[in-house]
Amino acid sequence: MDVVPKLPIGEWMEGFVEVLGQYKGVLFDPVSIVISTMVTYCSTVLAEIPSLILILLLGAAAWVFAGRASMVFTVVGLSLIHNLGYWDETMETLGLVLTATMISIAIGIPVGILCARYDTFRNLVTPILDLMQTMPAFVYLIPAIFFFGLGEVPGVIASVIFALPPIVRLTNLGIRQVPAEMEEAADAFGATGWQKLVKVQLPYAKSTILAGVNQCIMLALSMVVIAAMIGAKGLGADVYRAVSQVDIGRGFEAGLSIVIIAIVLDRLTQHAGKKERNI
Amino acid sequence: MPKMKVYQLTKVFGKQPELALKLLAEGRTKEQIYKQTGQSIGVNQVSFEVEEGEIFVIMGLSGSGKSTLIRLCNRLIDPTSGSIEIDGEEIVDMKASALREVRRKKLGMVFQNFALFPQRTVRENVEFGLEIQQVPPGLRQEKAREALALVGLTEWENAYPDQLSGGMRQRVGLARALANNPDILLMDEAFSALDPLIRKDMQDELLELQMTMKKTILFITHDLHEALRLGDRIAFMKDGQIIQIGRPEEIMADPADEFVRKFVEDADLSRVLVAENVMKRAEAITPDKGARVALQLMMDNGVSSLYVVDKKRTLLGLITAYDVSLAIGTGDSLETIMKTDLPTVSPDARLHSLFPMMADLHVPIAVVGEQQRLLGVIVKGAVLGGLVGKVNVQEHQRAEVMSDGRRA
Repeated sequence: MDVVPKLPIGEWMEGFVEVLGQYKGVLFDPVSIVISTMVTYCSTVLAEIPSLILILLLGAAAWVFAGRASMVFTVVGLSLIHNLGYWDETMETLGLVLTATMISIAIGIPVGILCARYDTFRNLVTPILDLMQTMPAFVYLIPAIFFFGLGEVPGVIASVIFALPPIVRLTNLGIRQVPAEMEEAADAFGATGWQKLVKVQLPYAKSTILAGVNQCIMLALSMVVIAAMIGAKGLGADVYRAVSQVDIGRGFEAGLSIVIIAIVLDRLTQHAGKKERNI
Repeated sequence: MPKMKVYQLTKVFGKQPELALKLLAEGRTKEQIYKQTGQSIGVNQVSFEVEEGEIFVIMGLSGSGKSTLIRLCNRLIDPTSGSIEIDGEEIVDMKASALREVRRKKLGMVFQNFALFPQRTVRENVEFGLEIQQVPPGLRQEKAREALALVGLTEWENAYPDQLSGGMRQRVGLARALANNPDILLMDEAFSALDPLIRKDMQDELLELQMTMKKTILFITHDLHEALRLGDRIAFMKDGQIIQIGRPEEIMADPADEFVRKFVEDADLSRVLVAENVMKRAEAITPDKGARVALQLMMDNGVSSLYVVDKKRTLLGLITAYDVSLAIGTGDSLETIMKTDLPTVSPDARLHSLFPMMADLHVPIAVVGEQQRLLGVIVKGAVLGGLVGKVNVQEHQRAEVMSDGRRA
């Protein structure tokens, strides 16, 4: 086994990160500014809305998209969070999750479309997606801190890395599931590639893609505690602090708030795709 | 000029189509080439012409290459070699944008499994072809409604495809293809997914629509009865090749080989053959002749009755030998003794529609064309003869499978 000397993969990676670090000002600072602006904007807007109104708005949305039971759960659950005193932290967490989701959608859907169109591209992307989902988050947090500093930006980056793959995978799957005859119909009537995508493939794949978005939100939410370890604010920070101080009560309350948010977001997005066809 | 002209069209599925083409040119068979190169020949040097306003049926079993062939015609599949001309315009080497124009303006397609868009309403489905041509919404809705009215689905325009039955869905498919007002309809096993009774309704409806629309229709099917019902001409396909092209009655009467013969053996001839195919020459006389002449004519021809016609061969009546022999005694003219209440049929009446008529008749049935012109006569013996394959196929309508030299 010792015939081959140890491969210096670790050294290569360090060298690679170092080279990237030299171009930090060009490569990462613009990204950092965009992300922190988005997070701040989302959190501020959410925090500005009076809590009662936001609870009612989300309740109404739950009623429209997911029915009465979900509406009741949303109103009661969010009121409970408010009562426990985690409202501001919840808004910060939502800001983080929304930002990570928007970035994931913006990258994931186009990449998924390309995967569906070109087999070679998909074969190239699939192992990268596997890597993103299985590589322990702490491993890529180290370079993320190096590039983006502490705070919510590396938190969002970590969330995107973890939450992006399902959108790519399900967009690819959704488009590949469009029946061949339906694509032929689009071609036979003289549709351009773009028209076929927008008028036939994406509408057909919509519910699958939305399932990907739903998964993406859930995964982003699951990253909030890890994000908190590198300085992101929100409910994750409370959980993290409770862990380090062995504060059972506080940990449970913050954890419960995360669960409530997760269920509310899940119900809202899970049914959004299906609702309009039940006429 | 034919509406559509396909010449030596070939499709090879595989990585080295040139090699397969070379072997084909050397006269190797599909199997030999598959064994030698692993490439399969989907469509093998197929040539045919479709005339304007004709329903041209391509008939074959699964794997015969018929679905590939229809997809080559609008280049959903690109041919390996050969040519396809539509209105004299070659489409095989056409650029993508020009091809799109041809697909938008000239070709409509109907699919076996309907291929409707589930997230669109019936009307939005029908609008699809116009929508991608950027026709303004008001106009395309109007055209879509017209097309839906043609197929009798006006009230369903706001329904979704999954709310419709199979037959209704295919009507939407047909309306979608008609909304663009294309010259040519490509119908790929359009009715095969439907129940037999509904299939028959749809066939009738297509024939009815065709009477007014006069589209050029290329229709693919594996169902011989469908082919015989719909086709003005039928092309038989096997192993990627066309074996025989001809009118239904020609194929029934004169199958090109054992394969076609086996196929048509099961067909009910009475639903294929028409009066014209089995009629005999009608013996006739003009009314100014006397009874004696009539009797002599009957004896000469060995018949017991004669049709009375005027100079333009318009049918006036029928005289029998018995009446004529009486008239010789009384001196009555032929016009006074002839029967005028005669059974007549048009030359394109199907034989099976004649059976009930013939059952209670003792006189032959006259075949008359326009303005009651006498064309022939149908006697029982001739009908039975037709059912066992003795039919009149005129020389000029004989089956013609085009040979290589035809194009020049």
